[in-house]
Amino acid sequence: MPYQVAWTILLLPVISFFVISFILKPLLQDRPRLSGYTAIIAISGSLALSVWTLFAVMASPEHEVAVPGINWLVVDGGLTIQVGLLVDSLTAVMLIVVTLVSLMVQIYSQGYMHGDPGYHRYFAWMSLFTASMLGLVLANNLVFMFVFWELVGLCSYLLIGFWFHKPSAANAAKKAFIVTRLGDFGFLAGILVLYANTGTFDIVELRELALAGVLGGAVLTWAAIGLFAGAVGKSAQFPLHVWLPDAMEGPTPVSALIHAATMVAAGVFLVARMFPLFEHSIQATTTVAIIGGFTAIFAASMGLVANDIKRVMAYSTISQLGYMMLGLATGGVAVGMFHLFNHAFFKALLFLGAGSVNHATGTFDMRLMGGLRRFMPWTFITIVIASLSLAGIWPLSGFWSKDEILITSLESQPVLFYLALITVFMTAFYMFRAVFMTFGGEYRGGAPETHGHHPHESPKVMVLPMAFLAVLAVVSGFWNVGGQFGAFMGHGETHGFIEGLFHPFTQFLPWLSLILAGLGIFLAYAIYSARWLSAEAIGGWFHPLYVMLSRKFWFDELYEGVIVRLALVGGLFRGLQKVDERGVDGAVNGIASGTILAGRGVRRAQTGQLQVYGMVIGLGLLALALFVLLR
Amino acid sequence: MELSYLSILVFLPAIGAALVAFIPGLSAGVIKRMAAVASFIPLALAIALFAAFDRSPAAAGLIQFEEKLPWIGPLNAYYHLGVDGLSLPLLLLTALLGFLAVLISWKVNLRVREYFAWLLLLETSILGVFASLDLLLFFIFWEIEVIPMYFLISIWGTGRREYSATKYVIYTLFGSAFMLAGILAMFFTTGSLSMVDISQQGLGMAQSVMRPAPIFLLLIIAFAVKLPVFPLHTWLPDAHTDAPTAVSVMLAGVLIKMGGYGMIRLPLSFFPDVARQYAQFLVALAIIGVLYGAAVTMRQTDVKRMVAYSSISHMGYVLLGIFALGQVSLTGAALQMFSHGVVTGLMFALAGLIIHNIHERNLNKLGGLARQAPVMAVVFSIAGLASLGLPTTSGFAAEFLVFVGSFTSTAFPGIQVYTLLGVLGVVVTAGYILWMVQRVFYGPVKEEFNGVKDADALEKVYTFVLVAVIMLVGIYPAILTDVIRLGVSPVVGLLGG
Repeated sequence: MPYQVAWTILLLPVISFFVISFILKPLLQDRPRLSGYTAIIAISGSLALSVWTLFAVMASPEHEVAVPGINWLVVDGGLTIQVGLLVDSLTAVMLIVVTLVSLMVQIYSQGYMHGDPGYHRYFAWMSLFTASMLGLVLANNLVFMFVFWELVGLCSYLLIGFWFHKPSAANAAKKAFIVTRLGDFGFLAGILVLYANTGTFDIVELRELALAGVLGGAVLTWAAIGLFAGAVGKSAQFPLHVWLPDAMEGPTPVSALIHAATMVAAGVFLVARMFPLFEHSIQATTTVAIIGGFTAIFAASMGLVANDIKRVMAYSTISQLGYMMLGLATGGVAVGMFHLFNHAFFKALLFLGAGSVNHATGTFDMRLMGGLRRFMPWTFITIVIASLSLAGIWPLSGFWSKDEILITSLESQPVLFYLALITVFMTAFYMFRAVFMTFGGEYRGGAPETHGHHPHESPKVMVLPMAFLAVLAVVSGFWNVGGQFGAFMGHGETHGFIEGLFHPFTQFLPWLSLILAGLGIFLAYAIYSARWLSAEAIGGWFHPLYVMLSRKFWFDELYEGVIVRLALVGGLFRGLQKVDERGVDGAVNGIASGTILAGRGVRRAQTGQLQVYGMVIGLGLLALALFVLLR
Repeated sequence: MELSYLSILVFLPAIGAALVAFIPGLSAGVIKRMAAVASFIPLALAIALFAAFDRSPAAAGLIQFEEKLPWIGPLNAYYHLGVDGLSLPLLLLTALLGFLAVLISWKVNLRVREYFAWLLLLETSILGVFASLDLLLFFIFWEIEVIPMYFLISIWGTGRREYSATKYVIYTLFGSAFMLAGILAMFFTTGSLSMVDISQQGLGMAQSVMRPAPIFLLLIIAFAVKLPVFPLHTWLPDAHTDAPTAVSVMLAGVLIKMGGYGMIRLPLSFFPDVARQYAQFLVALAIIGVLYGAAVTMRQTDVKRMVAYSSISHMGYVLLGIFALGQVSLTGAALQMFSHGVVTGLMFALAGLIIHNIHERNLNKLGGLARQAPVMAVVFSIAGLASLGLPTTSGFAAEFLVFVGSFTSTAFPGIQVYTLLGVLGVVVTAGYILWMVQRVFYGPVKEEFNGVKDADALEKVYTFVLVAVIMLVGIYPAILTDVIRLGVSPVVGLLGG
């Protein structure tokens, strides 16, 4: 494969962005569809080239394709920042995930965004986003990666705030950017620490230095934790998880692409990319494992009570990202990345399904839905497949990757293993709670103020991408049934497909997780479909717990209300402003008025009366005379 | 003999000012066109010089386009102009903003003749500061700048304009007094007024009239007022806020860069050893400036005042880069000066447009303008993103160099901690910038702003030019750093780094 292919993958959506922004939007304002087609053609090209890249990487013995770099910025005295690409198995997999999900989402968006006045703008930003994400996974050094990392954040900001006239959307966009930037502070600090100690930004060199043990000790630990802080922000891990549920203010296809399948995966990807650094620091790996494992159950618990279908899925995303982190820390790159790979497809599908439901009913509130299975069979079937996959039901894709995470965490982090196991139950419950509330029972009328009284299946342009993703949600996991994915990522051995397919039934752990998932589904059925138990009654029994979960453990109140409003803007910053006005500037004005006052005082001495002047002169002479005589 | 390009560049605006002021019977339109010509030619010249500048490594430390004539014999003072890698980008920036400032002022209708005369004279004085290599000449240009500024703020300004103008003048003269004392001490010590000779030959410390540290501090105080450095900054918010738009652009864009430039050119180059001693103190002040400035910015409700305070925070990065005393950090500081000039110039231009077109400057009363003024919304957002250091804008390249340079600096132990605190400032910056963008442009459309004007053709021209420069430097910073390094490496050589 010529290395120009890798650059072209990145450049196609960039070109699409420029064509839409500078040609189509200004000149062909009334032909919005052209923007959609442009973006879709560009991303299709990238997908085709990504497939080529994947096969080329698989074929090459080192699973790596060399791409020469170009100097971007050189300062005498050693600083050289390059623009270069690194194409290895990790990149190849991510390229497929990003381009494939992006293509599906953009095809779907043609239906979902139909008639929106911002249609041009939407596809311009989607292209820019896809380009940034592709750049992030292709970058061969940390600076270049950070550039795209920030651009991904920017696109997320722009797309969450797409309907900027809504204050909630504008707030959510700002929140997402600032919270992730807090993590980026760690990322940047990590880059600085690594550069100061090694003199390089190059990812391959850094990994080799870590493997060789040159980079080690406290330096490595702090650098790794810094990088991980960036990942915590981007992948919405505890305690920087607060932005993701609010990010649902953006158009739903955006949520599918960036807040479920790809951008939030950037944090996981970063850890995987720099994994040799983490691997050589017990503290760093343990931190990743604990944060990941805790986030998984923490986010799932909030998903149990949410009534907004997108929020349920947002919490699910946070929780699954926690799984990925846990998988990375306990099982290595292959385990974590495999879950990322599978999750991308079924989670994108779930969000597209939520969008489809919203298209029909005009709301995201599941309490206003119900009975939709009759009106929207395709949406219903695809969502059920995705939910089963997410719940980890054999033989769907989610089963295979979740199973691996459970196995590896049992070996190294038993406590986190139990948390993960409980999370399996919770995941199955909240997903099927959503399914039953949305599709089961009778239709409850949809959004009161809109046309949602006659729900209907979405147009083909929306259903087809969902159907395609549903197929992937079933089969994507088969890549590792025989261990091939793991081998491609560089560890593990391969065996036969049929053998691998039924191997789980010979073990105890898969049975356990299947039973737990089944129990979760059953409980959801019991409460929300068969109504043997009343949800209100259970909410009443555990009232304090219910309030705590539905108020999201009060993290928004803590961060926004207490820390930002009260302690910083209203406290410290306000105090500093007073210091500035009264203290620093007060001193300046004080000196000025002091000078004027002193002038007034001294002016009194200049009376203009000769007698007074004469008297002072006389006294002065007398004093001098006395001084001379008496000395 | 070669043509005196630099002299033409520096004095053309002043000649334009004289013509505008003294030719009787000119109409406002003619005056504006004359001013545009008198500022455009220097810009074209500056671009030409920038293109012709010798970027080869052998040119490091060499003065290019030099002009040197005897001026005042007994004082050993020369009329000595020239540029190196440090001053050329700032000269270019001044010429660019000088021309754009004329365009920005196109709608000024009050005492047009005087206004443009003062504006052009202001440009000459700033160009002169960056082009002078003789201390006396430098000081004279430095002082001339105060006069047009006083009139521009106090006549064409808004709000408490007389107060702000007076405060600006007195504060600046306070700083200049220190500088004059410093320059005199230098003269009596070395007998020379040439910046080049003094920095190359060092001081004959034996016959020094004063110890080096006090002279260093005299000069530092003078430039610290201008940069500004905490706690000498309070003239800035008042002057920037109350000045007319174009003058705010010049103030924030280039005038305060005279402080950073002066610091590198005089105290740092003359007293590298003393600079090392005081590095920690000055870096600490820089970090206070960054964080304190950002914190106070967060509290502002006036759109111009908010931009003004953000300058204090951003200039902290310049000071950090300078006193981290390394090649990379100094390159970053020089790039940050250019970047901040373009970015904040653009932000002030837009703040001026908002105030002019919408007749509202209170952030709490603005809102929803993205629908009514989409062009302004897009450009303001880009300026804001550059200000918060987003990659692909000039702000990122500059700040990243400052951070890498400072973090790897050996100026004093523990500078890494200061650097990380400085990096933290970037988070607060993101906070106030996005909050500002949101409060002006997002949210529900407000009825009272229906029918407000978006940017017109002329305004699009000058804002788009600045956007293009921001993106160009952000994507290809080497266009400037290849020049800057030639100016920085001799200074770093003096520092022994």
